[in-house]
Amino acid sequence: MSGFRVDPYEKGWMLASAAILLLFLLAVAASAFYGFSLPGHEGRVAPGRSAVEPPFANPLVVERGPGRYEAYLRAQVWAFVPNEIRVPAGSTVTFYLTSPDVQHGFLIERTNVNVMVVPGQVSKITSRFDEPGEYRFLCQEYCGLAHHVMFGKVVVEPRS
Amino acid sequence: MAENDFRLEERLTAWHIGIALGALFLGSWFGPLQVLEHIGIDLYGKLAPGIKSYYQGLSLHGVLNALVWTTFFITGFLTFCAVHSLKMKLRYPWVNILGLVLMVAGLLMAAAPLLLNAATVLYTFYPPLKANPFFYIGLTLVVVGSWLTGFGLYFTLAGWRKAHPGARTPLIAFGSVLTMVMWQIASLGIAAEMLFLLIPWSLGMVQGTDPLLARTLFWFTGHPIVYFWLLPAYVSWYGMLPKQAGGKLFSDPLARLAFWLFLVLSIPVGLHHQFTDPGISPTWKALHAILTYAVTFPSLLTAFTVIASLELGGRARGGKGLFGWIRKLPWKDPSFSAQAVAMLIFALGGVGGIINASYSVNLVVHNTLWIVGHFHLTLGTAVTLSFIGITYWLVPRLAGKELWSLRAARIQVWLWLIGMLPFSLSHHFLGLRFGVPRRTMLGASPYLSPEWNPLLILAALGGLLLWASLLLYFFVVVGTVFGSRKLAQPAEMPVAEALRDARETPAWLDSWRPWLVATIILILLSYGPPLIDLVRSADLSSPGLRVW
Repeated sequence: MSGFRVDPYEKGWMLASAAILLLFLLAVAASAFYGFSLPGHEGRVAPGRSAVEPPFANPLVVERGPGRYEAYLRAQVWAFVPNEIRVPAGSTVTFYLTSPDVQHGFLIERTNVNVMVVPGQVSKITSRFDEPGEYRFLCQEYCGLAHHVMFGKVVVEPRS
Repeated sequence: MAENDFRLEERLTAWHIGIALGALFLGSWFGPLQVLEHIGIDLYGKLAPGIKSYYQGLSLHGVLNALVWTTFFITGFLTFCAVHSLKMKLRYPWVNILGLVLMVAGLLMAAAPLLLNAATVLYTFYPPLKANPFFYIGLTLVVVGSWLTGFGLYFTLAGWRKAHPGARTPLIAFGSVLTMVMWQIASLGIAAEMLFLLIPWSLGMVQGTDPLLARTLFWFTGHPIVYFWLLPAYVSWYGMLPKQAGGKLFSDPLARLAFWLFLVLSIPVGLHHQFTDPGISPTWKALHAILTYAVTFPSLLTAFTVIASLELGGRARGGKGLFGWIRKLPWKDPSFSAQAVAMLIFALGGVGGIINASYSVNLVVHNTLWIVGHFHLTLGTAVTLSFIGITYWLVPRLAGKELWSLRAARIQVWLWLIGMLPFSLSHHFLGLRFGVPRRTMLGASPYLSPEWNPLLILAALGGLLLWASLLLYFFVVVGTVFGSRKLAQPAEMPVAEALRDARETPAWLDSWRPWLVATIILILLSYGPPLIDLVRSADLSSPGLRVW
């Protein structure tokens, strides 16, 4: 491999660019170290079956332990079922979603919950709700003519 | 070589670019309609029954401005670049003519269902939203036609290399051909999606489809397609703009290295669009995140080389001091200023792109208006405004006419900048701060919050300025073609000389095999296992739905 002359300033720029990118990469790696993970394989549900088989047939919220909840939702044209979830403040909620029809999205405002809902797949995402209040969730993927009305809310109730 | 030797090639280019500009013009009308709808001014009723919904308009906006404008412009421009840079006519012109015919046929086929509200599936056409089969077949023909244009250029380059043994391929021809090669490999994903999933399904030959597999094949092409859009601008920034600025290309070998890195790294990064998808292992997503950082590197390299080349120009024109050379650049030449503004904006877009690629951070912005803000900086400005800048010499060249109203062209460029900054920044902020979803008829949504309004209004003002800029641009183009005086001298393609002799460029930077092998190996490593997993577990059980 024969070389060529590189201007010293440009060499410096290239090294600095590589160093910055490496730094960003380390920051991302650190988030994994602190337990961050993206959605992966969480099981499958045939699109035709999700409306008739548990746990998505009668979507619900289950308490799995003190302050630990699992919420099962169907994202469908053009609503979330259920469209309201109530948990006490300080709860950690794991959401499981699937779609019986087209692709949807699930984004809860003021949280890091943001996941695609794809027919045939189960999406899983977890969030902790400390502050009481209403957190609206909405469909963030185009799903047809009334996509813009598809939303619901998590109501976080103050602990008594 | 005499002037009219390239008559056929230039007529081909003119057809491509004429169609591209028509698509840009038609598609751009939906921009202001969308931003106005977001602030409660719904004008779609006035378009009925022609346009039936916000989402039909949005589908047209995306397909015409993101797919048709780019593809037709690029195939036309790169044909022009290759033949003029090699100073050699197309070796088999019928290949390129057939390519154009297929592209036009495909465009007409896809346009019919789009206009009839039978393909309101947006430009990502995610199944199981099911469009009319003509939509899928038409888009496929456009892609196949673009492949033929690529083959026509390869045959021509091969002929040139045979006739010039040992010589380095001229940079502009090299970048042009490399762009087409990258695109051909990258578009195999969308071709597979169309041929094996969507077309048989939309024709009723199979009952269902697998939406996740389709998404993954789509994004195999969907990220590198942005480099297919960007690289022709790089051809101009590296190969032409230094000349337009009165300078020289700072480093020919590093320019080539950047192009090779784009070939190798553009494709194995598509999963960064699917970070939030279920059913794909986070491990493969992480690998794609790392490779996305890697593909940032050639852009950072480009920033140095191109700016250093422009500095040579500014200093040659008498600029002094650390920054004094900037003022001496030919800002009054709209072809230059459009591309310089495009580069400036691309720096912002690049920073946003790194954020999008950042695995965990992506959750905050995925599918929000942030993304809309992002790609109006990249595709909507770095690419589109660069192409506009190129047409400020290319349209006069092709039409043999003087540019009509230099002043209007100059104003157009700055109007774009003034419109794009508020448009894009407010979209970024709405997504980041409030999680406002993209591709949504916000004005009609029950969850629209009053606190979004100031930024939506700012975005609308920006959008209207952009539209005004584009209208001004079309006045200039139409005026040039139909109303302007004949050019005394034909306008020439600007070709930048390298600062140092291009013969200094080592042979490994002009040799295809090792880079192609690296490209294929990296694709197999990054996409092989997740795609095999998806294909083996494919479940073709999602029936198509028409819910618009």
